[in-house]
Amino acid sequence: MAASILRRCWGSLLAQRCRTGDVPVLHNGQTWRRAQAPGSIASGRRAGNSPAGERGVAPWVAVVGLEIHAQISSNSKLFSGSQVQFAAPPNSLVSFFDASLPGTLPALNRRCVEAAVMTGLALNCRINKKSLFDRKHYFYADLPAGYQITQQRLPVAVNGSLSYSLCVGGKKNQMVTRTVRIKQIQLEQDSGKSLHDDTRSQTLIDLNRAGVGLMEVVMEPDMSSGEEAAAAVRELQLILQTLGSSQAIMAEGQLRVDANVSVHHPGEAYGVRTEVKNINSARFLARAIDYEIQRQIKELENGQTVMNETRAFDYKLGCTIPMRDKEGKQDYRFMPEPNLPPLILYDSKSLPANMNHQQVVNIDWIRERLPDLPSVKRVKLVEQYGILPEHSFTLLNEDGLMEFFQNVVRQTQMNPKKVIGWILNDMLCYLKQHNLTVKESPVSSLLLADLLNLLERGAISSSAAKQVFEELWKGEGKTPLQIVKEKKLELIQDQQEFEQICQAVMEGHQEEVMEIKKGNRKVLNKLIGLVQRTTRGRADPVLVKQILEKRLSQ
Amino acid sequence: MWALRFSRYIRGAPLGGGSHWAGLSLGSRFTQAASGRSDSRQEAAGDPRQRGLVYQNPTWQHVEQRPLPQKKVTVEVLDHLERLALVDFRDWEGVQRLEKAIQFADQLHAVNTEGVEPMDSVLEDRCLYLREDNITEGTCTEELLRNARETVEEYFIAPPGNIPLPKLEGRDTFLQVSE
Repeated sequence: MAASILRRCWGSLLAQRCRTGDVPVLHNGQTWRRAQAPGSIASGRRAGNSPAGERGVAPWVAVVGLEIHAQISSNSKLFSGSQVQFAAPPNSLVSFFDASLPGTLPALNRRCVEAAVMTGLALNCRINKKSLFDRKHYFYADLPAGYQITQQRLPVAVNGSLSYSLCVGGKKNQMVTRTVRIKQIQLEQDSGKSLHDDTRSQTLIDLNRAGVGLMEVVMEPDMSSGEEAAAAVRELQLILQTLGSSQAIMAEGQLRVDANVSVHHPGEAYGVRTEVKNINSARFLARAIDYEIQRQIKELENGQTVMNETRAFDYKLGCTIPMRDKEGKQDYRFMPEPNLPPLILYDSKSLPANMNHQQVVNIDWIRERLPDLPSVKRVKLVEQYGILPEHSFTLLNEDGLMEFFQNVVRQTQMNPKKVIGWILNDMLCYLKQHNLTVKESPVSSLLLADLLNLLERGAISSSAAKQVFEELWKGEGKTPLQIVKEKKLELIQDQQEFEQICQAVMEGHQEEVMEIKKGNRKVLNKLIGLVQRTTRGRADPVLVKQILEKRLSQ
Repeated sequence: MWALRFSRYIRGAPLGGGSHWAGLSLGSRFTQAASGRSDSRQEAAGDPRQRGLVYQNPTWQHVEQRPLPQKKVTVEVLDHLERLALVDFRDWEGVQRLEKAIQFADQLHAVNTEGVEPMDSVLEDRCLYLREDNITEGTCTEELLRNARETVEEYFIAPPGNIPLPKLEGRDTFLQVSE
């Protein structure tokens, strides 16, 4: 009895400290023993892991597997000739097949097959030369046929891998590369959109999206935290956008992620998993997975069991709630699609001589035309410009930033390693503050190159350059040279003027001069600062120091 | 769920039957039909085109009933089927019909399919036609909406979400009576 009260008090104490956010979440064991102070726990800052050591109870390890649906970027849908467009009048892009009217048959879109093969090759998968289509049956109003045509038995691509990088360490400055295995990539149909009208107790169905081609990328459960999952999804997004097989904009629903989350003790069997749906952005993905991991740990520690259910993520509350419609395990009654023969893909060796080109998808032809993947681009940037891997990561992460950087480097004499500092610290900072994309930036690569040239030549100091940059950001169309002349920011080139100013400062501060002559060098910095203030930032600090030292030694 | 695997070695009359399941004396019925047909075939045997395409003699064999497993369908399975396929068995006669259908299909187990690749589509020899990525249809909103009884501003109207069948204890069905 006393033990349980003490356990609860300790638990609430820990909970209070956990709410500040800087203590990794600890858990109470089933048996009460004296616990060590939370501060003595090392590492384990990731939300998914609880450190071992205290009380001798095993830590929790989370297992996260992702199922990603990427909408294929094509003109028409997967099995019918209606258009694919994001915002259109309801039910205006629906053909008879999409509405599953009787007597209609599917006709496979060649571009979708090519997109799936491209993605499979980019993710190092084995492309199945023969793949089969199946029907997955379930009842829902936005699925007019009552089944979805997918590839469950033999998909287009299997057994691939995706490498992604993430920042670890206390200061988030160490980049590590992790790999997640890809189980399969398959082609499937999208369902329509349903808008729930709870006031009138009805659902409005829009079939514009029904039948659009999707690539489902199924990943093995190799990840263990929300952060890893978010990094993997971001990398996949970049790859898809580079290939052009999907535009992968999560906000428009072109990339949908469902996460399967479970927790277990290392060495034991996997725990019961739950599926988390309705995640609308990469940021929410990490949060949703972390919340779900914590929820499952809490449930299991309270002695309850985790139910195998589907939960939706509510981004306003930041938590997952059970979904009303998906109760219990679904039996999809998979059956071969009787209207579609097997899909045969060819390579250069197996290509029959007299086949119609339009009917052939040649894997080798597609492989030759694959563009450079993001990982290859990063390596090339590091080699060509000598920048750090973290920098190349950030460059590719922002749409258009890499081209901007390359344009600036081409037009300036400054070392790329210094240019990258300007791009990442100043340019990117301003873009984020004003919530603009690189394409919308008021500072073009030419203007920035001009500014950096002025700095490199020694015409202005770096603090002056930052002032000019701020002025350029207003977008009034002035060149850096004009701004420098207007604000009189040039470095003083006249040696005599310099010497006069230094002399004046020294005469005005005899005390400090005495101090320096006694040997206190730190006061020299104060004098340099005074000179800078007098010249309003137009003095080169190195030169000032030289002149002052020369004078002082006289 | 049973996956129907057609063996290539079964040719001739299809295994569907009308309402003659009772008694399951299929062998005798088919043999009778076949012999009738084979007479007509022998007449046409003189035609060289017919000779190679149609079998002169029946090739099917009578299936023994005894070695086949007689499985009982459990209440859980029936509840699952009612929930999933939204059928209503209504009374025990419906369940018996289901059991007979299962027995009828189980005859396939008598065939030795060792080393035979399962066929999943009769279209397996055909070429899957690949369509070019052009926009050829759509914009028939009015025609589609005419099919629906209720529409609102060009949307179809459906009931709010899936209303699942209540659990076995909660609903009024004959399945509860048993066990």
